[in-house]
Amino acid sequence: MASIMKVEHLTSGYEDKMILNDISLEIPSNQISIIIGANGCGKSTLLKTMARLIKPSAGQVTLYDKPISKMAPKKLARVLGMLPQSPVVPEGITVADLVGRGRYPHQSFLKGWTKADYEAVAEAMEMMNITEFADRPIDELSGGQRQRVWIAMALAQQTDVLFLDEPTTYLDITYQVEILDLLTDLNRKYGTTIVMVLHDINLSARYADYIFALDKGKLIAEGKPSNVITCDLIHRVFNLRCSVMCDPVSGSPSVIPIGRHHVQTETEEAAVAQLELV
Amino acid sequence: MMQNQVKQMHTPKYFPLLLVGTLVLTVLCIVASLAFGSRTVGWNELLDGLFRPAVQSYEADIVRERVVRTIFSFMCGAALGVAGALMQSVTRNPIADPSILGVNTGAALAVVIGIAFFNIATASAFIWFALVGALLTAIFVFGIGSLGRGGATPLKLVLAGAATSAALSSLVMALMIPRSNVMDQFRFWQVGSVGAGNLDSIFTFLPFLLIGLVIAVVTAPSLNALALGEEMAKSLGVRTGTLKLTASFAGVILCGAATALAGPIGFIGLLAPHLIRLVLGPDQRYLMPMSALAGAIILTFSDVMGRLLGSPGELEVGIVTAFIGAPILILLTMKVKVRGL
Repeated sequence: MASIMKVEHLTSGYEDKMILNDISLEIPSNQISIIIGANGCGKSTLLKTMARLIKPSAGQVTLYDKPISKMAPKKLARVLGMLPQSPVVPEGITVADLVGRGRYPHQSFLKGWTKADYEAVAEAMEMMNITEFADRPIDELSGGQRQRVWIAMALAQQTDVLFLDEPTTYLDITYQVEILDLLTDLNRKYGTTIVMVLHDINLSARYADYIFALDKGKLIAEGKPSNVITCDLIHRVFNLRCSVMCDPVSGSPSVIPIGRHHVQTETEEAAVAQLELV
Repeated sequence: MMQNQVKQMHTPKYFPLLLVGTLVLTVLCIVASLAFGSRTVGWNELLDGLFRPAVQSYEADIVRERVVRTIFSFMCGAALGVAGALMQSVTRNPIADPSILGVNTGAALAVVIGIAFFNIATASAFIWFALVGALLTAIFVFGIGSLGRGGATPLKLVLAGAATSAALSSLVMALMIPRSNVMDQFRFWQVGSVGAGNLDSIFTFLPFLLIGLVIAVVTAPSLNALALGEEMAKSLGVRTGTLKLTASFAGVILCGAATALAGPIGFIGLLAPHLIRLVLGPDQRYLMPMSALAGAIILTFSDVMGRLLGSPGELEVGIVTAFIGAPILILLTMKVKVRGL
């Protein structure tokens, strides 16, 4: 599989605390990759370091075989976009204004707004079905609509690679599915390489072409969901006993968690037996 | 979709209306500032003073003097309006203002030190002392505000500014009270007045104003990106560190220069950008130039009010802006929510 981005021996984190420890991986091009892992395992740190929001203390990240640390910020931003977990909404900003701000890396002060800019914004809004809200203030939109506006902004940036840090958090299940469908449309229509952090394992297994599983700052498994999502892996990553079934809708693996209550005896025994096997 | 439609969506809805409105107000302000004062000048004398340099009369001379005063007040208002807009954008704090961040007090302290120990008296000496004071204070406040977790958060910056401002004003007092000559010179300056503006101060001011305004307009698109948060801005390709430094520098020289020549005038930096944001929304590319215009209009209007209210003498403009500004700001915060950034 061709890769668009390579991460080599990456160690990264914050001043006092290193979170990622010697991670190496390759992001497959034109695919949707999803990073999974427990809270605090370094998913977001990995995404941010790959987007150059955090400077790694060791190792390097290359995009199209060029180290991103050596690229000019605007040049990088024309190829790689990143939607952080909680961007700030300037109060009173309209949908069109916000989406238009995604054009920043393509503009220069002297040239201002070009035809390409207007077209990119119109196209991004069209794709995210928000054209009808174009001149409405963001404050008036629902959570799902807002998230579509942010994705449209990232889309207007017209990058080959798009990172998203938990794009579905705080959304109702309907909107979660809607957002993931739209991202899949984007991937299929333009071949955009998408890398995102998601909390929901089942949606990850369904929507990912490729999964990276992280535990305590280490990459412990990667591959197609059907190969990676196993009882053993879920137990290692989340310290959770579970049963893995085939999702009747998509055919992807589906994780059924096993807690201390509401567990039928046969399942319990089967699960214990399965764990002992591995 | 039609391109014109899209283009229209990217121009704030009320921009044409506001532009016409501010231009009309500008003309009105200029006429009022030339005509009104301790002695009201009629239409003919106004034209004499402006366009007939051969005519020598007391009224014509008054008008000619008021021309300088009006230009100076427009410049100060524009500088303060843009300085406020810049500081609010950099700190992403709607109530950031040169006076709240302590920058004005820093400039004041430097001027007092200059008067007390270096016998400064000219506009250019005032400006350099005030600028150094403003810059050092800005660096100090940003430094303190950035300590601890999370870097320079808006709240920490405002707290650092308030604390620094309080400490510096007590130093100003300590320096002034034992020196009656400094007190006399400083007292007038301390209130904030555009009446003392002369050609010398206009020419001293001009380069600082131009540099500040150019930086404000050029950085506006990047400030638009910064408004979406530090991380979003970085991933859009903004060098956030450089941007914040440049924009703060422009803000500091604008308010430092204005403060040096006119004295500390409050509220313009707060009021002008908020009024514009209320009408146009948060696009910095429109906010910067329009805040300059709004600041100029508000300050000149306040100056005219001060001359009328204080007649036969005059009320310094710093007192008037505080009187006009405070209630309007309270109204803004209560009735319409003050637009965040």
